[in-house]
Amino acid sequence: MPTETLFRRLQLADKYVQIEFEGTPLTVPADVSLAAALLTHDLGATRESAINGRPGAAYCMMGVCFECLVEVDGQANCQACLIQVVEGMRVRRQRGARDLLIGGQGDE
Amino acid sequence: MHKTDLIVVGGGLVGMSIAYGLALLGRRVTVLDEGDDALRAARGNFGLLWVQGKGYRNAPYAGWTRQSVALWPEFNALLHADTGIDVHLRQPGGFQLCLSDEELAEETRRLVWLQEAFDGDYPFELLDPTQLKKRIPGIGPGVVGACYTPMDGHVNPLKLLRALYAACQTRGVKIVNGLSVEGIDQHASGFELRAGEQRFCAEHLVLAAGLGNRPLGAMLGMDVPVRPNRGQILVTERLQPFLQYPTTYVRQTDEGTVQLGDSLEAVGFDDRTSSQVMSEIAARAVQCFPRLGQVRMVRAWGALRVLSADGYPIYEAAHDSPGAFVVTCHSGVTLAAAHALRLAPWIAGEADEPAIRPFNLARFKGMREVHYAH
Repeated sequence: MPTETLFRRLQLADKYVQIEFEGTPLTVPADVSLAAALLTHDLGATRESAINGRPGAAYCMMGVCFECLVEVDGQANCQACLIQVVEGMRVRRQRGARDLLIGGQGDE
Repeated sequence: MHKTDLIVVGGGLVGMSIAYGLALLGRRVTVLDEGDDALRAARGNFGLLWVQGKGYRNAPYAGWTRQSVALWPEFNALLHADTGIDVHLRQPGGFQLCLSDEELAEETRRLVWLQEAFDGDYPFELLDPTQLKKRIPGIGPGVVGACYTPMDGHVNPLKLLRALYAACQTRGVKIVNGLSVEGIDQHASGFELRAGEQRFCAEHLVLAAGLGNRPLGAMLGMDVPVRPNRGQILVTERLQPFLQYPTTYVRQTDEGTVQLGDSLEAVGFDDRTSSQVMSEIAARAVQCFPRLGQVRMVRAWGALRVLSADGYPIYEAAHDSPGAFVVTCHSGVTLAAAHALRLAPWIAGEADEPAIRPFNLARFKGMREVHYAH
């Protein structure tokens, strides 16, 4: 479903940084949480529920609902609303539960 | 004035299991439940259906526990048929992971005693680390061995409570939340309970209010020796399934989170968490599964077990208050099936239940209270 972001900043940001989302470069305000940064772009769902695959995106913005989960620089299950956006962050959608790779190759 | 056949005081797993069992028998039941500021052991539960080691030196308790676990599939089927809710019952057997030779020796001694008490009919295995890693990948080098019995299992305790509420409502149980019973009067025709301006009347009364059973029992002149024992639980982020078996320290839930727990503290009516106990729980879990050291915790809580003076359940038909019953235990999940399908018929007067006779209040006369017994 194509969606246009509904969020507008009240004033222009002083500074912007570049991040990557699913390999695509995004220019975002530097002084906000990662969740807020993602909401300034038309990205649609940024995660799929680990329980039933339902698509979701940042909702409560205060660390409670876990709808904003994304993968940041290879680290799964990051709560984007609790992380400050940083230049060069590589962000991917969180698809399902994190794989701890127990029982796989290299497991002791 | 509200009238019904039976009043159950307490809307936790114990009270709701009994209410459901009574409703299955066609009784008219009202459940009176406290507000959300109550202690609510049923909402802090770890979710084990645990048999292993329980009832050491008390074979009747081991037998009652095993009877409940054997009834669980039938109980689960009834709940599912009434509500469509999957409580995620799994009974693959469970592991006690031992982190020292002393712990392994003690667990083994208990299981040997139990096996003898059941004339050999008490299946268990002792596993060395090599055997254990074949059953459970990811076990750490700090685990010296494990005990396994095929009798153990687990369930999602929050879904169980939700299913019991839904099933009771489907079968006409009236559930009144948010009130506190302040007085109980006994008349020739039964009991009258006072809660604020409200009055509830019934011929039969079941006290199933956990730690609240002590003050409620006192209203009928009974001494119900229950005290709180705190357990703390940590919960991780959601992970792909890696552990299908329940263990006493680590359990992966049906929705991917991992619960870490099994702390025991006698700290009175304090259900908070403490960083020292949480760090001990986390350290032990990482010893069991080193990969958990890279996992983030998302939630923690404390909850109070309901512990009787000797650690075993209380099933009392009150002598001086005919028609009143007292029910208390600290294994509301494991025993839920027996409470619904065996205890409720006994309370309803439809069946004798010899298995619960050892668990009356008379046994506490002159006994000192212990702080913990599994």
